[in-house]
This record gives sequence, structure tokens and C-alpha cells, in this order.
Amino acid sequence: MLHNDVNDAKQETGLKKDIVVNVNKQPVQSKDKERPIKLTVTNLDFWYGQLQALKDINLRIEKNRVTALIGPSGCGKSTFLRTLNRMNDTIPGTRVDGTILLDDMNIYKDVSDVSVIRTRIGMVFQKSNPFPKSIFENVAYGLKVNGIRDKRLISDAVEDTLKKAYLWEEVKDKLDRSAFALSGGQQQRLCIARALAVRPEVLLMDEPASALDPISTAKIEDLVAELKENYTIVIVTHNMQQAARVSDHTAFFYEGILVESGVTKEIFTKPTKKRTEDYITGRFG
Amino acid sequence: MNVFIEPTTRSASPEIDFETLHENRKNSGAIPKFLTFFAAMIIAAMLAIILGNIVWGGYGIISLDFLRLPPENGMEGGGIFPAIFGTVALVILMVIAVVPIGVFTAVFLSEYTTPTSISTRLIRQAINNLAGVPSIVFGLFGMGFFIAFIGGGIDALFFDSGRPVWGQPAIIWAALTLALLTLPVVIISTEEALRTIPSEIKDASLALGATKLQTIRRIVIPQAMPGILTGAILAVGRGAGEVAPIMFTGAAYYLPYLPTKLNDQFMELGYHVYVMATQSPDIEKTKPILYGTVLVLLLLTFLLNFTAILIRSRMRARRASAAQ
Amino acid sequence: MEKYKFKPKSRVREFIGEKFIQINAYAAIAAVLLIFIFIFKEAAPIFYDQDVKQEASLDKMIFKQQFKKGREPKWAWQPESDIPKFSLLPLFIGTLKAAIIAMLFATPLGVGAAVYSSQFASKRMREIIKPVIELLAGIPSVVLGFFALLVLATVIQNLFGLTYRLNAINAGVALGLAVIPIVFTIAEDAMTSVPNSLRDASLALGANPWQVTLSVVLPAAFPGIAAGVVLGFGRAIGETMIVLMASGNAAIISASFTDSIRTFAATIAAELAEVVFGSAHYHVLFFIGTILFLFTFVLNMLGDVAMTRIKTRLQGKLQ
Repeated sequence: MLHNDVNDAKQETGLKKDIVVNVNKQPVQSKDKERPIKLTVTNLDFWYGQLQALKDINLRIEKNRVTALIGPSGCGKSTFLRTLNRMNDTIPGTRVDGTILLDDMNIYKDVSDVSVIRTRIGMVFQKSNPFPKSIFENVAYGLKVNGIRDKRLISDAVEDTLKKAYLWEEVKDKLDRSAFALSGGQQQRLCIARALAVRPEVLLMDEPASALDPISTAKIEDLVAELKENYTIVIVTHNMQQAARVSDHTAFFYEGILVESGVTKEIFTKPTKKRTEDYITGRFG
Repeated sequence: MNVFIEPTTRSASPEIDFETLHENRKNSGAIPKFLTFFAAMIIAAMLAIILGNIVWGGYGIISLDFLRLPPENGMEGGGIFPAIFGTVALVILMVIAVVPIGVFTAVFLSEYTTPTSISTRLIRQAINNLAGVPSIVFGLFGMGFFIAFIGGGIDALFFDSGRPVWGQPAIIWAALTLALLTLPVVIISTEEALRTIPSEIKDASLALGATKLQTIRRIVIPQAMPGILTGAILAVGRGAGEVAPIMFTGAAYYLPYLPTKLNDQFMELGYHVYVMATQSPDIEKTKPILYGTVLVLLLLTFLLNFTAILIRSRMRARRASAAQ
Repeated sequence: MEKYKFKPKSRVREFIGEKFIQINAYAAIAAVLLIFIFIFKEAAPIFYDQDVKQEASLDKMIFKQQFKKGREPKWAWQPESDIPKFSLLPLFIGTLKAAIIAMLFATPLGVGAAVYSSQFASKRMREIIKPVIELLAGIPSVVLGFFALLVLATVIQNLFGLTYRLNAINAGVALGLAVIPIVFTIAEDAMTSVPNSLRDASLALGANPWQVTLSVVLPAAFPGIAAGVVLGFGRAIGETMIVLMASGNAAIISASFTDSIRTFAATIAAELAEVVFGSAHYHVLFFIGTILFLFTFVLNMLGDVAMTRIKTRLQGKLQ
């Protein structure tokens, strides 16, 4: 179970030592050997200029699991997602305080070149955004910008990831065609393939199916369920049924605060905070 | 659409004659409309007269020979090939100089600064001022800076002979002077194209681990190509027509050779028109060639502008449909 | 599935690349500064060099000079005569005359056409007018000068029975043609930027298009229209080729617009070729260039300030 309160954790396990705080770059000891932690967020604050969008977030993302971030519009879930691969750095005037560890590396302090983070933590965006290039070039892009030149390697990787994204059969004869020739659902799967091509460890997905029809959505959800075998997935969604279907853990955000997080089944059947319950039962949102 | 307002009380307000008011309304507005229409028509008419006169005067002269032969008989016969060659060579050099600088400036403004930062405001102010500098002042600058300072400096450092090698009018200095003059055109056109690039694909590139520079090189600049092209073509159209900046920086009226080295002088269409029109000993004899040269210059300029406008409107249409 | 081991990206290359872009971007600023510095550098001896000041000091350029003993003090521009004369007044008057004629000609036509295009014209008409203006803007000034020299001058001379073929009116009209696109474009832009809500309010009260224009659009767009006129005036002051070819190039002082004139810009163009490097004449020509540069610089700043303030005013106050 994920805890957002150090005291809860202490009580739960009966340990006297702190096990969840990582302010001084100490390695995380997971209390459960079968459930290692991939990302650890501690005391995270985030500002857009003067406006504080995230307040003291504490969360642990488990490896090879799907963690859903839910909450009403404007609650900060997308902002939080973007702090995980430092995409917010591209927005001028933003400020981050706190710690985010990828395994045991502080992604804000231990890193000299931010682009390295993004090869380990990939992202798929809400609206599919393929490059104005061919399907092949879209998928190959990540490899090329990271220095891979071997043509054979690249074309093998392109085929491999397109297969993983269940797009290969549909596009194998038209790899040279423009990515825009694909349908919306196909484009999004292309973007997923593109992100997977650099073999990240974590995949962040920001409402990946919100712009798609139900059939494409289902395809993507199936894909997510398969991908977690090899990747850690964090998915933002405003669709609670989707969160319930697809995720192992869920974190509920409200107005910049992480209200509650835990195993999905428990969050949705017996949430401990009233606000969570209100949101889940549709009383607002 | 009529909104007819009836006064509900008549005691305090003066009598309003609504009937006359509405009568007048029907008639007024026609005269100003006609007058302003007339203004637009006068402009169109003057344009037609100018173009008509030039086409009428120059049409008969244009031939393949006219375009490919050098002048004969003191500009009374032959062709204007050297002037065409010189103009083309000049603008090619100019484009090589102005496009990279202009594109980098636009990229810097669009990708590396915020609209309110001091850098941005200073650069924009400089671009606006540059765009307003009179062309003869560019000519003076070309003389004082490129020829005297840079050219003279090169001569002093590398040549002993005392005869100027680079410190004299030359096609390279004229091209660089024109590059400064057309810089605002390229910057503005490139910026317009950069603005159409959605930030989502830049984000996608960064999210794959590309650096900002890689994103600019692989995504941003290729996408901005139509705008860059438009800017280059507009610059060429402008550069081919300007005479004052090149009068003292390299243009010559009659040369027995074509410019083959960077420090050669050159003949040029616009300059040719100027000298022929103002300094021909017998204007009647040179009139045909003069009109022919003007027509060629005009056709060249219009063709370039037209192409640029075509590219630009296709780019704007693409942006409009992509925005949906 | 194993992870890739990517080569680390060269931080040095990234840094150099960004700095390179940044340096190029400052080229525009550098250019403006360099232009001013190098032109003023060649003009500066007027202020401190004693030899130069003998012939052409600031004093000598502005005030009446007694060039010959026994003769009346006068203003004259004859730099290449035995006694060089460097009064700027004839050139100043010539420049003003040409610019005034140009603006008298271009402003009604340009603004009028802009009013028609933005307030009265149908979409079809607008699609004809815009290319007409763009074509006019695309004509090189040397071609306009050529036309004025060969054709327009004769027409005007015959029309008004003038003595001199090449004069201020001829140059002014041709100059006006060059200025019309500037005035038109900026004025039209200003008028179409007036929020529709203002115009609709007026129309809803029963006003016809002209009344709407007169009472709502013109007042709101006035600063923009004024900016267009000001920038057009700046162009008229600095334009070279048209005046060089069409004005007669006589540096005289007269009140008549039918006399030939000499402008600042044309003077530089006409005399720079023959001037002796380093002579007083040379420095004076650069001084004139400095005046032109500063004048258009200031005019541009004013025009831009006006336009940005208009934009914020129209968007800020009226939402």
C-alpha cells in the first residue's frame, strides 16, 4: 500500500526507522521485496509563477505496475505527470521544490543533461502529436536523436516497437507514408510505439485515449495492460471506469493536493477520505 | 436592421423629426462611399498607366537576343545580358548572407526568449529601425564600413601593394550591404512560419530525449521552410530593385567583363536603368533598350513577389486547416 | 528486453550551437549600432577638425554666409565651386517640398482607399484592391523614377504649362505613389482592428456604414492612421532614386513648387561618386546621411510606440 503520510507508514509496519523519506539521497528500502519502487516522490511542491499548483506531494510508484492519477479538471494531475520527466522545465517561470527519485537518482539534482531523464521516462500525450514525417521516421526519431546510426538496428527496432503497439500489421506496407494518413487511434498507437522505441523504463501517459472513439480506446487499454510487464506506467485519466479497468494503483488529486492513494480496488470500493468518495461517486468533478 | 425608437414622453425633449431623419439616412453615406471608391480607382488607374506604358514601350524589345547578348554601340543596341548576370550574381551572394542570419534571429526570438524579455524587445526594435533606414544611408554604410573599414583593413593586413584589392567597390560588399537591408524581411517571414508550428510536436521531440537544438534542427526548421523560402524570395525581389545601396559599393555602368571574383565590379539591371535614363547622350536612341531593361526588371520583381505570395498563402491555408 | 546505452550528448556542442544562434540574433542590433557609428564617424570631423571647419562647420551649414566680400550673406549649396558653399537650407527646403507634395497626394488617396476597402467594399472588391496595392508596393523606386522622368514630367508640364519639366511636383507625385502602399496598409489594418462590437453597436442604432465610419471607426483608428501617415512621411523624406531622377536636382531656395529641387538623399547619391575622400565635402555628405538616419530612427520609434499603444488600448479597454 502506498502511503502519503510518514506516520501512517510507521504505524503500519511497526518500524521505528524512517523508510520513506529520501531527502538525503539515501537508497529506498522497499519493505516488500516483490514490489520494488521505481519512482519516489517526496514533499513535491510546484509553482507556475506565483501560483502553487502542487502542494507537498508524496507518492511511490511501483515498478511494472499501472498507476492511475485521477481527479477533477485543474487538480494538478497532468502537472504532476509532467514533473516526472521534467517536461515542465520547458515552461518559463516554473519552480520545483522537493525530491523525485528514479530508482535512486534524484532527477532534479543528480542530472547534468535533462534529456537523459527523458530517454528513461517516456511520455505519450493527450492528443496524438506525430511528427510531419513518415511513419518509419516517426518511430525512428528517438533512436536517431540519441545517436543510433546503424540502419539495420533502426529498422529492426521500428518493426519491433510497431509490433508491440499492435500497429505493425496495419502499417507495414506503408512505412514511408506520412503519419497523418493514419486514423486518430492509429496515430496514438504510433505515438506509443515512438515512445517505446527508445526503451524507457517508465511510460507516462496523459489521458492517451480521451480524444479517441471507444474501439480505439479499448485497443489502447489492452495495450497498457500488456505493456506493464516490461514498463512502469503512470496514466492520467479523467475517466474513472478506465482507471478502475486498467490500473493497479490509483492516486486521487484535488486542488494540488494528493488526497489519497492506494490499491485501485480499495480506492474505488472503500476509500478512506470523504472527498475521494464524493469524486468517485460523481458528486462533483 | 432598423431599430426605431419612439420617444415615450414629449414634454421635456425637443421635437425630433424622425421622418426627415430617416429620409436623410437613406441618402447619406452614398457620397463618401463613392469618393473613397474613387480614391481606390485612381490608384488602380495610375498603376495601370505605369504598367501599361512600360509594357507598351518595352514589349517589342524583349527577345532571346536581348536577354543573352551584351550591349553594343554605347547602349543603343545589343542586349543586357551582363546586367542580368550581375543582378543574379548579386542576389545569390546576398541570399547566402542574409538567410542564415535572418533564420537564426527568428529562431532565437521564437525559441529562446520570452516576448517580454529585454533581448526580445531590443532585437525587435532594431529590426524595425533597420527596416526604416533610407536606402542611401545603407549605401553610405557600405562605403564607410565594408569598403573602407573591412576592405581597407584586409588590404592593410594582407597586401602591401598600395593599390586597393578589397578596399574598393566590389560585388561582395554590395551583396553584404543589401543583405543588411533585406534582413528584416527574412526575419519577419521566418517568424511568421515559426509561429505556426504547434508546440505539441516540439514537446514530443523533447519527450523522446532530444535536446532543444536537435528539436530545432530536425523539426522546427524543416517545418518553417515555406516561410524561410518566402522570406528569401521577397528579399531577392527587394534586393534586385534597390539601386541606392549599390551605387557606390560595386555597381558599374559598362564593364567589358562579367564578375567572376568576389572583388569584381558588376553591372546591374536597376543601376543600368538609372544611368541610362539620366545620362544617355541621346535619349531617343537608347529609349528602346531602356524600356526593355525596365520591363525585364519589373517582370523579374513581379515574378518573385508573386511566387512568394503564392507560397505564403498556401502556408496560411495549411495552418488554418491544421488548427482544426 | 534490455535497455539502450545511449552515448551522452555533447554538452559543448549544444552550448556552442546555442551561443551561435544567439550571436546571429544580435546581428540586427549590431547592424543598427554599426550603421550609426560608421556614418557618424565620417561626419564627425565637422565638429572637431579645424581644416574641415574652415569650409563646413555646423555654423556654416545652418546660417547665412557671406561668401564674397561686398555681397549679401545668403544660403547656397555649391560644394564644388571655387568657394565651396555648404548651406543645408536649400536641401532642407527641397526635401520638405517633395515630402509635402507626396503626402498631400498619398494621404487622401491612401486613407480614402483604405476606408473604402475596410468599410464599404465587398469581399470581391477587397480581393482586387489588395493585389493592386501590393503590385504598387512591389515596383522598385528606380522604375517609378524612370516613369516620372520620361512620362509623368511631360504630362504635368503640359497640364499646367510649367517652365521646368523636372520639379518638386513631378518628384512629389511619384514619391506619393511609393508612399501610398505604406499609408494604405497601416490605415486599413488600423480600421479593421476596430472591434466589431463597437461597429455593431452603432449599426444597431440605425446608423449607415458611413456614419459608423465617421463616428466610430475613424476616431478609434485615428492613431493607427496617423502612424501610417507618419511612417509614410519618413519614407518620403528618405527616398532617393525617385527624387534623383525626377526632381531636376537644383539646390535652390524658392517658395514655388514648380521649381526644381534638391533633397538630402538625392544630394548624397549625386555627389558621393565624385567627392574626394577626406575632403570637407565628403564629411558633409556623411553628415547629411547622419541627419537622415537620426530622423527616420526617431520617426520609426514614434510610429512603433504609437502602434503598440493603440493595440493595447484597443484590446485592453474594450473587451
